[in-house]
Amino acid sequence: MALDSKIPQGEMDKKWEDYKAHVKLVNPANKRKLEVIVIGTGLAGASAAASLGEMGYKVKTFCFQDSPRRAHSIAAQGGINAAKNYQNDGDSVFRLFYDTVKGGDYRSREANVHRLAEVSAAIIDQCVAQGVPFAREYGGLLSNRSFGGVQVQRTFYAAGQTGQQLLLGAYSALERQVALGNITQYSRHEMLDIVMIDGKARGIIARNLITGELERHFGHAVLLCSGGYGNVFYLSTNAMGSNVTAAWKAHKHGAYFGNPCFTQIHPTCIPVSGDHQSKLTLMSESLRNDGRIWVPKVKDDNRKAKDIPEAERDYYLERRYPAFGNLVPRDVASRAAKERCDAGYGVGTTKMAVYLDFASAIKRYGKIEAGKPGNEQADEAGIIALGKEVVKEKYGNLFEMYEKITGENPYETPMRIYPAVHYTMGGLWVDYELQTSVNGLYALGEANFSDHGANRLGASALMQGLADGYFVIPYTLGNYLADDIRTETIPTTHPAFEASEKAVSDRINKLMSIGGTQSVESFHKRLGKIMWGKCGMARNAQGLQEAIQEIQELRKEFWSDLKIPGEINELNPELDKAGRVADFLELGELMCIDALHRNESCGGHFREESQTEEGEAKRDDSNFSFVSAWEYKGDSNWELHKEALEFEIVKPTQRSYK
Amino acid sequence: MGLTGFFLITFLIVHCLINSMIFFNDGGQTFNHWAHFMGTNLIIRIMEIGLFVFLLLHIIQGLMLWQQNKAARPIAYAVSHPERNSAWYSRSMGLLGTLILLFLVLHLYHFWVPSRFGGMASIQPLEPVSLSDYANQEAHNLYREMQIVFQNVWVVIIYVFGVFSLCWHLMHGFQSAFQTFGINHKKYTPIIKTIGMAYSIVICVLFALMPISIYMGWVN
Amino acid sequence: MEHYNMNLTLKVWKQKNSQSKGSFETYKVNDISSEMSFLEMFDVLNEQLVHDGKEPIAFDHDCREGICGACSMYIDGQPHGPWQQNTTCQLHMRAFKDGDTIVVEPWRSSAFPVIKDLIVDRTAFDRIIQAGGYISVNTGNAQDANNLPIKKQDADDAFSAAACIGCGACVAACKNGSAMLFVSAKVSQLALLPQGQPERETRVLNMVTQMDKEGFGNCTNTYACEAECPKGISVANIARMNKEYLKAGLNTKE
Repeated sequence: MALDSKIPQGEMDKKWEDYKAHVKLVNPANKRKLEVIVIGTGLAGASAAASLGEMGYKVKTFCFQDSPRRAHSIAAQGGINAAKNYQNDGDSVFRLFYDTVKGGDYRSREANVHRLAEVSAAIIDQCVAQGVPFAREYGGLLSNRSFGGVQVQRTFYAAGQTGQQLLLGAYSALERQVALGNITQYSRHEMLDIVMIDGKARGIIARNLITGELERHFGHAVLLCSGGYGNVFYLSTNAMGSNVTAAWKAHKHGAYFGNPCFTQIHPTCIPVSGDHQSKLTLMSESLRNDGRIWVPKVKDDNRKAKDIPEAERDYYLERRYPAFGNLVPRDVASRAAKERCDAGYGVGTTKMAVYLDFASAIKRYGKIEAGKPGNEQADEAGIIALGKEVVKEKYGNLFEMYEKITGENPYETPMRIYPAVHYTMGGLWVDYELQTSVNGLYALGEANFSDHGANRLGASALMQGLADGYFVIPYTLGNYLADDIRTETIPTTHPAFEASEKAVSDRINKLMSIGGTQSVESFHKRLGKIMWGKCGMARNAQGLQEAIQEIQELRKEFWSDLKIPGEINELNPELDKAGRVADFLELGELMCIDALHRNESCGGHFREESQTEEGEAKRDDSNFSFVSAWEYKGDSNWELHKEALEFEIVKPTQRSYK
Repeated sequence: MGLTGFFLITFLIVHCLINSMIFFNDGGQTFNHWAHFMGTNLIIRIMEIGLFVFLLLHIIQGLMLWQQNKAARPIAYAVSHPERNSAWYSRSMGLLGTLILLFLVLHLYHFWVPSRFGGMASIQPLEPVSLSDYANQEAHNLYREMQIVFQNVWVVIIYVFGVFSLCWHLMHGFQSAFQTFGINHKKYTPIIKTIGMAYSIVICVLFALMPISIYMGWVN
Repeated sequence: MEHYNMNLTLKVWKQKNSQSKGSFETYKVNDISSEMSFLEMFDVLNEQLVHDGKEPIAFDHDCREGICGACSMYIDGQPHGPWQQNTTCQLHMRAFKDGDTIVVEPWRSSAFPVIKDLIVDRTAFDRIIQAGGYISVNTGNAQDANNLPIKKQDADDAFSAAACIGCGACVAACKNGSAMLFVSAKVSQLALLPQGQPERETRVLNMVTQMDKEGFGNCTNTYACEAECPKGISVANIARMNKEYLKAGLNTKE
């Protein structure tokens, strides 16, 4: 099948408007008859379900958590971008569009990104109307902060809990529709297959995670809003349950997987403390506004941070990137940290960490405070105390979280941080309408590949999830369903449902009957080690080839030596996890294949073979200015389709932060 | 609970004020005068009915709460450390209330029953105290009754114990009533809490001093 | 931070499903690092159990960074364990010492029936939100966000209430199994904001009615909920809800 991205004709800033003006509509009486299935209830899923429910569609939502409110969007800290220009600092739709395309290292689709920038402002309006308590100024108007190295202040936030507040807003809209009878909500349910009838997605097989029963659900269309797949690395900032299963099942039914190797490694996370580690915790990017990153100038320096004099510290980001300093983009900061640690300059017991130091910020703020009337008497200690107060007000909750996890007080001793897997820009390939290469199957939010190219800017994930759910899918889905109004509800006794359920059931039985000796967790950990080591922050052809080999072997071992206790027909978290890890074991291979194929460095994808003399990422636009869309052809067998990227507005250049 | 509680709190102020008249140490003259007023004034008499109604409501509500709250946790924790999150008396309102009720039965038997239905040990002519027009009427000598009742050391101990229960009950109940009525304010709630504590302690110390003083002969 | 290893005895509630009767099981775990989180210690135990061919302990958890509200263990007599303003997933093993015995139970509330082991059913919270925990505004109906200035203090108070993660520790801590802190946090958030005004009265009446229907106990103002809330939600919200409820009850026309 040829890839058709269905980008509307016309001027960039008119495409979406024109599309909306000419899109097919479904009349209210017909909407009542059309059923839509939404998988996942994070920002994208909850907002889509609520909006579609409001419009009159019959919606079913599914989430594996005990409540839609627990979806991992809840953990986003920093904020959400919107081109409101409330700060009068020259922001505009164009600038947000431009920054996002450039930030994505010219590997995203311009038309999608422009639409994202266009609807960004309406997201803020919608959320405020729902009662989302964004931070405000004393005048009662909304407050903004700067984020991720862009030159305007366009990030709206609610302390360090922006994702939580946005999700609870979308969740409340969702629950309202449940109360009105427009949505049926299925919690503790996991989607395990897409049911295809006549080449269209027509329903799902879901497993009730409490009873283990398999259920069949019909839908005229299926929306996958199931998030990213960072957990393929085992250790990531994703929630423990985040998984690729829904997207992977879709992939096996013909949905192409776009840019699977594009992974965002976030530079400021709390480092791994030992083998027991189950997940990693992010420290918001906003910390880099005030914290300075450094390592000792000599290798294997075992002194405590405070015993290392100023002259013996290497503020390597400030040294290498004087123009941007500590505020270089995420991919650059992450690689620089890895470079120092690999070279033997790391700190802490594991030597796989660098310092993020607030001492000079505390002093600087303290001096400002001491200059204010009433504080003139402050001595050296007084200045420090005043400075700590300021830092506490800005980052208090993050500092507390750090202290809870590490037991160290970051006001006194610098934080130890290290990069960690955080977000996956890759995902199911979708066209302009967010439809995958399977008819009637859509992917929204982090689950699709569309808007962030090879690197996502801070505070853009929330924006994209809500844009897709609130403002894009309500239009584009109608365009598909308008042709489907004559399709009656297909009874779930249809042979396709039977067959699909049987396949799911067979697979579960197969997993349970392996009867081996090793736990799911141990396989997942081993997969994570391969992925992190060979398909992580730096990749090379040899490592990737090895990784592919190792993953294939690991998969074989998994299917012959896995041990799952318990039964099928009961709540069995080990079985749930086994299904997810089995999918990760296939996805991991595809990621390595994609990374191997993309012999260039761009954004979060760094191929050691493709770097500048100073060790910076080097793009190869003449050979790789395309989206890799992989079609599943069977075990370890994929066919690559390329969607060429054309840049009408933002002309690709080499990014420089020197 | 809050509404009836408020009423009972108000009642206790009046009750305590009048009873404190014994500390004038004037042979119960002032006290008996006001006791007579309370016993004969029509408005007070109507309010007395109200008092019993509210007391009864307070008890019924308490029982309902107890029953509903017990149903809300059919299986108890094997290990629980509520002392780490709340004050014991705030969690023991039912128990304290029951103790107070038991005490109240005895208390009513000692004073209210004989006063209402006869059997009071002595009756005295009421002497004019001020501009009173009760002169030359007869009244129960409640003061004398106190003297008699509080001769028994066990009674005194039970009364002191009952009053302690009341104190704890009030320490929680006073500020809790405000919370129930939606009054929780950064500035005023600490003041309410302080007043509540002071109220509970002052009222109860005064009440406790009554039987003790009489028993010890400090008041005669 | 100096770290150390410890050997522990765990007494954990095991219950096959909602119908069966549960009981405590005793487990030993060795060489637990003080740097582990409490749930990582459970991971170690579960790995050990799988290895020994026994069934691991089922518990709710997801984000493991204290925000999703999934984790819900009653640890040594307190919801989320001994640390203040903290969730189970953020509790770390340095809170314990070598040789300790730790007792772990599920939330106990008739409105939160046990599903399995330490997992309880908290869908009652969803139903309470369905009863009115929202502002009825359809997508696309919003005016410009800054057309509606909100006093900073009100916005901040609304945020503090909205920080609730819906874990249910308030119910677990309350001797009455009351859900007032949870319900009042949502009622407060929306009552404080101008957007919440049109539905202010019906919201509080309907949410409280649903709360009672679910079988939660009554609030007797012990404030255990506030003391145990991982997000420090204030009982001032309960007072606000009481006031809202009284006012709404008096104003209602039916």
